[in-house]
Amino acid sequence: MTVAVKNGKDAMQVVRTAVVHHGATRDELIPILTDINHELGYIPHEAVDEVSRLIGMPKSQLYSVASFYDMLSLKPRGRHVIKFCENAPCHVVGGRQVWQALHDALHVKPGETTPDGRFTLLTTSCIGVCAVGPVVVIDDDVHGNVEPEQVAEILARYE
Amino acid sequence: MKTVRSMVLVSSDPVSMERGAQAVHDGLLREIEAFGLSNEIDVMLVGDLGRHDALPFVVVYPEAVVYGPVTPADVHFLVEEHLYKGRVATSLQAAKRELTGRIAWLNARKGTLPAEQRIVLERAGVIDPESIEDAIAHDGYQALGKALTEMKPADVIAVLEQSGLQGRGGAGFPAGLKWKFVSKAPGTKKYVICNADESEPGTFKDRLVLEGDPHAIVEALALAAYAVGADEGYIYIRGEYELAQQRVKKAIDQAREMSLLGKGIFGTDFNFDLHVHSGAGAYICGEETALIESIEGKRGEPRARPPYPTTNGLWGKPTLVNNVETLANVPAILRNGAAWYRKFGTPKSPGTKVYTILGNVNVTGVIEVPMGITLREVIAIYAKDMKNGATFKLAQTGGSSGSVIPASLQDTPMDFESFGKAGVSLGSGALLICDENTCVVDLARVLLNFFKNESCGKCTPCRVGTHRAYDTLTKISEGQGTPGDIEQLLMLCDGLVKMSNCGLGQTAAVPIKDILKHFRAEVDAHINLKVCPAGVCSMVVEEAELA
Repeated sequence: MTVAVKNGKDAMQVVRTAVVHHGATRDELIPILTDINHELGYIPHEAVDEVSRLIGMPKSQLYSVASFYDMLSLKPRGRHVIKFCENAPCHVVGGRQVWQALHDALHVKPGETTPDGRFTLLTTSCIGVCAVGPVVVIDDDVHGNVEPEQVAEILARYE
Repeated sequence: MKTVRSMVLVSSDPVSMERGAQAVHDGLLREIEAFGLSNEIDVMLVGDLGRHDALPFVVVYPEAVVYGPVTPADVHFLVEEHLYKGRVATSLQAAKRELTGRIAWLNARKGTLPAEQRIVLERAGVIDPESIEDAIAHDGYQALGKALTEMKPADVIAVLEQSGLQGRGGAGFPAGLKWKFVSKAPGTKKYVICNADESEPGTFKDRLVLEGDPHAIVEALALAAYAVGADEGYIYIRGEYELAQQRVKKAIDQAREMSLLGKGIFGTDFNFDLHVHSGAGAYICGEETALIESIEGKRGEPRARPPYPTTNGLWGKPTLVNNVETLANVPAILRNGAAWYRKFGTPKSPGTKVYTILGNVNVTGVIEVPMGITLREVIAIYAKDMKNGATFKLAQTGGSSGSVIPASLQDTPMDFESFGKAGVSLGSGALLICDENTCVVDLARVLLNFFKNESCGKCTPCRVGTHRAYDTLTKISEGQGTPGDIEQLLMLCDGLVKMSNCGLGQTAAVPIKDILKHFRAEVDAHINLKVCPAGVCSMVVEEAELA
């Protein structure tokens, strides 16, 4: 197998570290995949192959799990992942206008990455910081009480 | 408005004033200035605080630490310890108050302070959540010690049954009964699970418990394990709650170090250990059988029930699954007894409820109050009224799976019984309060968008029904509604309720049925007049699909 380098890291090494850390059992599958996703930004097919080999589970079942959970991605994502909360609590306090501003700034649809690979725009369900809606999460940063006019300035902080 | 770090309230009822409240107040101002904290701290005389057992009182917020009786001579120490060094000056704290139920609580509320009754969140924000010593100093693990050394497992369950505690995840199932089912289930290997996959939109009460008082959950799970005969437990925390996961893991490590988890707890032959399992972004995993599937490393698709987890749960073994808030009540109930717990709330819904207040109001946030408070009281007292003087139109309770409640029901006591009678659901405790600028069609569309995205796809009525209902609502909101749309929505609701495999599909119908029941004219206006009375819906097909 060729050595695959993703996100500047050796994908196989990341997989092995995750499997050793959590243990090669089925009930650790989600923690293992979460670690891989965190390290590489997504779960490449080579990583699925390697996890399948190490814990002795069919690839079909791995894809079944990896495609189910929102925090796991089988597609490469941009350098920064934007998650916009589209649920009712954010919606009724002005979320729709913020979404429009994000859309105007990035010109991509939900799930898409900007052509320069800088941002991937996702919608998300509630992340539990509703008292400060509308909420936009970029990478690990939570931006609350966002006004449409602030969107450009917030995006400018991420290169 | 000035933003302050702390607020210091001094009681100034006649008795307090007679006992030197003014001198205490002035002393606080002087000391705070001496420590250079004047810009960060507000001090005020606030009238009658509703309790009179240790006047005058000094209450420090946001920690809500109550000191009393405070004399002018105590002021220097209090300011230095609490406001300067950030430690609770325990020697000056007032004795813990024993309220006598809803009446006393209502009396307390007559003061200028919006009183809360904190049981679930009693220690959250008061103790250092990363210190087991802090938790123990505030009665942590006391109930576990008492149960293991003085009570049989059946006694623990009996106290819980007598307390009348109902599940706080939304369904309100009697907790004691659930524990009894698991304890009576055959088998030697059993599990206890804390459902901390809090994903109901607008709900973050469990996060505050996990982040603010993780030891409460560790202790409660150990108690549950002892009561039902389990030796292993899981806390399933949603993947988005990273801080909560860190704090709970740290709490578990600390408890292990002190032998409060592990083998031979409190010198008895009771063994129990705990694991944290992180979710990975799936609302449906809050459904208990989907949660169990997820712990087993599978897609989070709900199982067919029966059999229920109480007999066939994790790895097919009898399993107790309780919500965070439910569990957080347990140590307090065992410490103070069932009769104490029944002093709060209503006879059929005892205890308190934690609510998250959201939407078009002046103050959003979290409160814990006895069961039976009304929406009108919440809006007036805790939310400090609607924003910009707007009119209250509707509330959406309990996240997406709750009910849409019109203003006409705002005086219905919020407890399981009264809400059940009114045909609405209390749900998880989220209170999304909306003003007249909210359109019910738009709201229902947003809710159905959520359900269609979060439907796990296992059963057809839910997978397809949520999409079709969303499409129809979108059509109506774009001014493309046609006669017969409402009938189609009702038919879809019928299918969702009757044929969905789990609660997700069943509750997806609720917002649609609620708006058609309470706001039919507004929906009709969209369809027949092509008008959105609230002025929210664009009423034209938009080029870019929004959300």
